[in-house]
Amino acid sequence: MIHSDIHNPDPGTDSTILKIDGLTKFFGGLRAVHNFDVEIKKGELVGLIGPNGAGKTTIFNMITGIYPVSAGSIVFKGQEITNRPAHEITQLGIGRTFQRIRIFPNLTVLDNVRVAYHSHAAYNLFDGVLRSRHFSQGEQEMTETAQEFLAVFGMEDLQETLASNLPYGAQRRLEIARALATAPELLLLDEPAAGMNPHEIIELMDLIHFIRDRFHLTVFLIEHQMRVVMGICEWMTVLDFGEILTRGTPQEIQNNPKVIEAYLGSQAIRTVA
Amino acid sequence: MLGTLMAISALGLNLKYGYTGLFALGQAAFYGIGAYSSALITKDWASGWSGNPAGGLAGVLALEVGFILAVIAISYLKIGSLRHRLREGLSKWLTDFEASVLATTVTLVTGVLIIVVIGGGSGWLVRQAVLSIVPPVLGALPPAISQQVIFALALLAGAVLAGLAGFLIGLPLLNLTYDYLCISTLGFGIIMYVFFNNADKLIPTLKGARGMVGIPNLTTWPWVFICAVVALVVMRNFIYSSTGRAILALRDDPIAAETMGINTSKLKILAYALGCAYAGLAGGLYAHLYSFLHPSNFTWLKSIDPFVMVVFGGVGSMTGTILGAYVFEILLEGLRVLPAALVDWRYVLYALIVLVVMLFRPQGIMGTKEWGFLKLPRIANRKHQQEVPAEATPIEAQAVENQES
Repeated sequence: MIHSDIHNPDPGTDSTILKIDGLTKFFGGLRAVHNFDVEIKKGELVGLIGPNGAGKTTIFNMITGIYPVSAGSIVFKGQEITNRPAHEITQLGIGRTFQRIRIFPNLTVLDNVRVAYHSHAAYNLFDGVLRSRHFSQGEQEMTETAQEFLAVFGMEDLQETLASNLPYGAQRRLEIARALATAPELLLLDEPAAGMNPHEIIELMDLIHFIRDRFHLTVFLIEHQMRVVMGICEWMTVLDFGEILTRGTPQEIQNNPKVIEAYLGSQAIRTVA
Repeated sequence: MLGTLMAISALGLNLKYGYTGLFALGQAAFYGIGAYSSALITKDWASGWSGNPAGGLAGVLALEVGFILAVIAISYLKIGSLRHRLREGLSKWLTDFEASVLATTVTLVTGVLIIVVIGGGSGWLVRQAVLSIVPPVLGALPPAISQQVIFALALLAGAVLAGLAGFLIGLPLLNLTYDYLCISTLGFGIIMYVFFNNADKLIPTLKGARGMVGIPNLTTWPWVFICAVVALVVMRNFIYSSTGRAILALRDDPIAAETMGINTSKLKILAYALGCAYAGLAGGLYAHLYSFLHPSNFTWLKSIDPFVMVVFGGVGSMTGTILGAYVFEILLEGLRVLPAALVDWRYVLYALIVLVVMLFRPQGIMGTKEWGFLKLPRIANRKHQQEVPAEATPIEAQAVENQES
């Protein structure tokens, strides 16, 4: 009941799920993002790449309502979400993970996932305090759904472990599981492969493909590691100094001299050429 | 008894500080609000300072109902966004500046009108209703029973008033974090202390700095015990509900909690107001324990006491908080038996003990652990659930047999 929409697939059509126009962000006098636009269609796996400090995470923070937008508009499923509170944006169907893992360290693995159901909870505060029938039913429903989720990610045996005691890779998986539990249609992944070893990266790429197909998601991801973006993204946007440098398929990007320049400096172009 | 009472207040602080992560120091102010308002009610019933024995009850209830209804009206009518909408609408005909001034004025006037009409009106209605209904109804009961009923109502009204005060203070302050929140709540504590000192100018019977006397001596051990148990059970059920989990998540990482679809500002205010209501309940019990209230019992220094209890017992542990409260009171009150020359040393002793605990066990005696029924209920693993056969296990079968024989 909590998750009817995630288990009832709505096969990807051609419709636009996220449309950003003229997105701009100033931090005081610093222009972090300038005139960013993108249009993502349902079911796509899109990348956002660029050197350090290019403004990628700032864009994610504006989409999810953590930073106020200086100018521009963000439209999600035909609905204007610019400057809406972050929790409302999540409830509308945008889930995200963070570059530096932000799990709830003092909660158990199961509770980390169950927290995501709070806004869908089938009982209210008074049921909880009085321990009514609604409470036990709602709680059981939440627990079962959360356990199903953990099972999908192979973490059901860890449910009573404190999240801070998990190994790094498992914390990443938990963060993704938790984001999925909010029943998103669009999932924003902020450098999911950061700090992973090559073996874990391959697992992660499989996982991203798997969750996209299993939950019928649209995925928008920031990534630094070229092999990840090249391996999984259908197309991508390259950002440099807050502005769009270019966009295209992985092959186009790989051979684009402007991208090589942004990443490696103009010296490198001459060497390559 | 005082220990149990302080434990209730400390439980409230533990909710704010231990569970929600709000570093707030104003607990004594809310303790005082609960104490004075409930004392007003029972004193009126016992000795009738206002001319009508239910006058105190009527006044406090009117204030509460009026406040709640005004808040509901304001949030229901979305007064907050009225200014914005008006300005957009008006800017078609007027310049930006004119539109903005007009919209702001209209919004402010509407807001004040709503508070006066809905808040004041419903308050007045409630006051008239209580004044006309309560004395004859309770007068029909034997005096001993009606006294207890008034006491229960007074405790409840005091707790609610403290909670509402917490809500009002929390609205602007809870967006602050750590030291800023600490200083500003401390400031509120000092304001309330000054208010209690001069309260006789508002309601003469509060007696201000001379200390309020004539409060009936109603706090008995059963009352304290029942209040403490109810407070504890409510707190436990609250923390182990979905809202409680959301609050714990908010403490661990507010931004991540927000992206989990949790309205963190709302939850913070809820937890803060509930914590304040606990302080108000404890204050109400305190007022009727010694039948004397003096503002010096509610200085900001007294806000440190529950804080020390929570930190000593274990931040984020109900068991620890209660333990901390008892240790605190037993040390301070119990050591009064010491010879007169040594009595004042008990503060030194207490400080030393706290210091030693902090050095060797910085997470407090209990850490975040709980005992007995306060423990987090365990959740069976899905795999194990499936393995367990449907029929009773041998131990259960044994238990049934034992019962039958």
